[in-house]
Amino acid sequence: MATTTVEGATTAHDHSEDVDFYRSSRGIKSWLLTLDHKRIGLMYLAGVLLAFFAAGLIAIIFRAELLTPQIDLLAPATEGGATVGRELFNKLFTLHGAMMVFVFIIPAIPAALGNFLLPLMLGAKDVAFPRLNLLSFYVWLVGTSILVVAVLVGQLDTGWTFYTPYSTSTHGAAPVILAVTGAFVLGFSSILTGLNFVVTVHKMRAPGLTWNRMPLMIWALYSTAVIQILATPVLAITLLLLIFENTFNVGIFNPAMGGDPVLFQHFFWFYSHPAVYIMILPGFGVISEVIAIHSRKHIFGYKAIALSSVSIAIISFLVWGHHMFVSGQSEFASALFSFLTFAVAVPTAIKVFSWVATLYGGSIAFTTPMLYGLIFIFTFTIGGLTGLYLGTLSTDVHFHDSYFVVAHFHYVMMGGTVIAFIAGLHHWFPKMFGKMYNETHGKIGAVLVFIGFNLTFFSQFLLGANGMPRRYAEYDPHFQPLHVASSIGSFILAAGLMWIAIYLVRALISGPKATANPWGGASLEWATTSPPITHNFHDTPHVDSDPYNFPEIDHSIKTGHH
Amino acid sequence: MSTAVDAGQHAEAGHSHEAHPSYLQHHFDNPQQQEGAAKLGMWLFLATELLMFSGLFLAYFYMRSQYPDMVQEYHEHLNKWLGGLNTVFLITSSFTMAMAVRAAQIGKPRQSASMLLITIVFAIGFMVVKYFEYSAKIEHGLLPGDLFAEHVAGGVQSGWYGGPQLFFGIYFLMTGLHGLHVVIGIGLLFWIYLKTKRGAFSGNYYTPVENVGLYWHLVDLIWIFLFPLLYLVK
Repeated sequence: MATTTVEGATTAHDHSEDVDFYRSSRGIKSWLLTLDHKRIGLMYLAGVLLAFFAAGLIAIIFRAELLTPQIDLLAPATEGGATVGRELFNKLFTLHGAMMVFVFIIPAIPAALGNFLLPLMLGAKDVAFPRLNLLSFYVWLVGTSILVVAVLVGQLDTGWTFYTPYSTSTHGAAPVILAVTGAFVLGFSSILTGLNFVVTVHKMRAPGLTWNRMPLMIWALYSTAVIQILATPVLAITLLLLIFENTFNVGIFNPAMGGDPVLFQHFFWFYSHPAVYIMILPGFGVISEVIAIHSRKHIFGYKAIALSSVSIAIISFLVWGHHMFVSGQSEFASALFSFLTFAVAVPTAIKVFSWVATLYGGSIAFTTPMLYGLIFIFTFTIGGLTGLYLGTLSTDVHFHDSYFVVAHFHYVMMGGTVIAFIAGLHHWFPKMFGKMYNETHGKIGAVLVFIGFNLTFFSQFLLGANGMPRRYAEYDPHFQPLHVASSIGSFILAAGLMWIAIYLVRALISGPKATANPWGGASLEWATTSPPITHNFHDTPHVDSDPYNFPEIDHSIKTGHH
Repeated sequence: MSTAVDAGQHAEAGHSHEAHPSYLQHHFDNPQQQEGAAKLGMWLFLATELLMFSGLFLAYFYMRSQYPDMVQEYHEHLNKWLGGLNTVFLITSSFTMAMAVRAAQIGKPRQSASMLLITIVFAIGFMVVKYFEYSAKIEHGLLPGDLFAEHVAGGVQSGWYGGPQLFFGIYFLMTGLHGLHVVIGIGLLFWIYLKTKRGAFSGNYYTPVENVGLYWHLVDLIWIFLFPLLYLVK
């Protein structure tokens, strides 16, 4: 604020209206204690990118280990070194999974991009509860710290699912308590964000922005938030029960004391399956925006896409048992869960078909965000269809706990959510930072990521189908060629991601200035400056058409420039 | 906090063409929007609370279906009369809470304040009774898991299977989590009481009173289920 008063009292008012949110106040304190959703979103973005980098690096380490059938890279060359190496391997994949799931993917699109975009897309000044929003960020930070300390200091090697009875055995007790506390705390951050978003969507929409005029990104964030609110409390109590069990030996989950380890799996997946949709639904939202805007065509099947997000959110609560086909649950339950799992494919397919239909006859621009949009449709479709193999009882018995499962969820999580996250990052980069990146660099990155990703994980489908079990540091030598292919793919993927990081940072420093609406989008976030002012809009915007009405927008952009 | 708040106030000063009531936060357009947001937020929060407790209820029913005789036997160690007294305390406090909200709504802050005070007294009464109940359990060694003391409760310590350790585990987890909510409730009630005393609320603006009221009714409601399930099993 000091900067505005220097120029004199008469101009101070107008000046503060035009200054973007980066320059409206300065100093580290103005960031750490900010209530501005855009700054909170950017702090989340920095945090999740750091987590993504760390967890990705770990994956590269164990992919390097898997280049050879024996344990060598991780094992010190001493007596009993192999055991040390195997234990280290277990810890590494646990840290990779827990960090990627709880710290990176769950908050990546909703808390980082969503925080920045939700009020902008709604034409609001901020989210409904700005203080709660900041609290949610710090809760996330605390939870992350606990989780990281737990894995680094302790001997956590349970995998990210903390399955009992292994996680309640004395060997695992202390680090499990700590790590589970971290996940517990992270859950609260997720709940607070979800609650904030639902209220914001209900109450903060600009005049004229009816439910049927909301961008599909908002519908996706809304459906995600509903799951966050309804599922995460169950995770909280599950983890609390696990902590309690570990601390006092109560016997809820421990079969030796009359407890039931499968009860834990029911509890855990009641949250963690819906959580899969917490991860992917926001990705659908990003892709709906990107595909429509970069093909200059009204989105096909607006209502179908919007309502399919909501129906996925509802069905997601009824399919948790498909993680437990071989756990000993009743055959009837398994059959029912299998059927319901197929039901999820229907709304998901509606989305994919709608995106393809949007592309049809559109004026497709092969911009970097669009390339990622197309990659998403390709990889996510493979991920989705292989999900049906796993939802089928007879095939799942064979694929269970194999690399096929690993490949499937990486195609959905990495090929789906992470690709969508990168698409969104490129799509809204000009809006968030007011700078443009180099398109050619962007395209090179997209090609590297596409090749690297598919090489890494398609090999794993073949490995899994041939019987390679997941979570092993050593393997039968005849699997080696596919493992080598997968590892080389992961190195290409890592190089691609580093490449993206480098040119984006360069764009931040020396990229050309971005205009307010570089892609010609019609939703409200493009109606304000890049980057936006602190209060987002000079005047509350009024909405009288839907967000995919591009021809009109094209026209207004041309007249606006002259 | 100062910088962010300054920025907010500055911007608000810039928009001073409207007469904003002092309680209206700058990012809301009008008091109705703010009230609607606060209430919806509270209801959603209550939904998360219900879902969280639902997990414990599930654990309870699992235990009861697996070990009905054990639950039947050991629930006798809970004091029905103290539990009943606490039920009376909480139901009465819910009534006085409703009175406090009503008084705030019709613009009678003094009456609202005294009703809040009575609510707080009942809530503290609940915790005092709880203290005596818990002390008795600790004294008799009726505790969760490994803490269950065999010398006072009849030698089922080692190698137990579906024993009272589980019952008291569930008992302490459920009543403990509920008790924590009561303690937080006392803090919230006290905060609202002080604000009411300071004249922060009027017939136009009393959303915080209403929201704390909603929270308190939920705490009451959960106890209404806990009491029969734990104390009155037949």
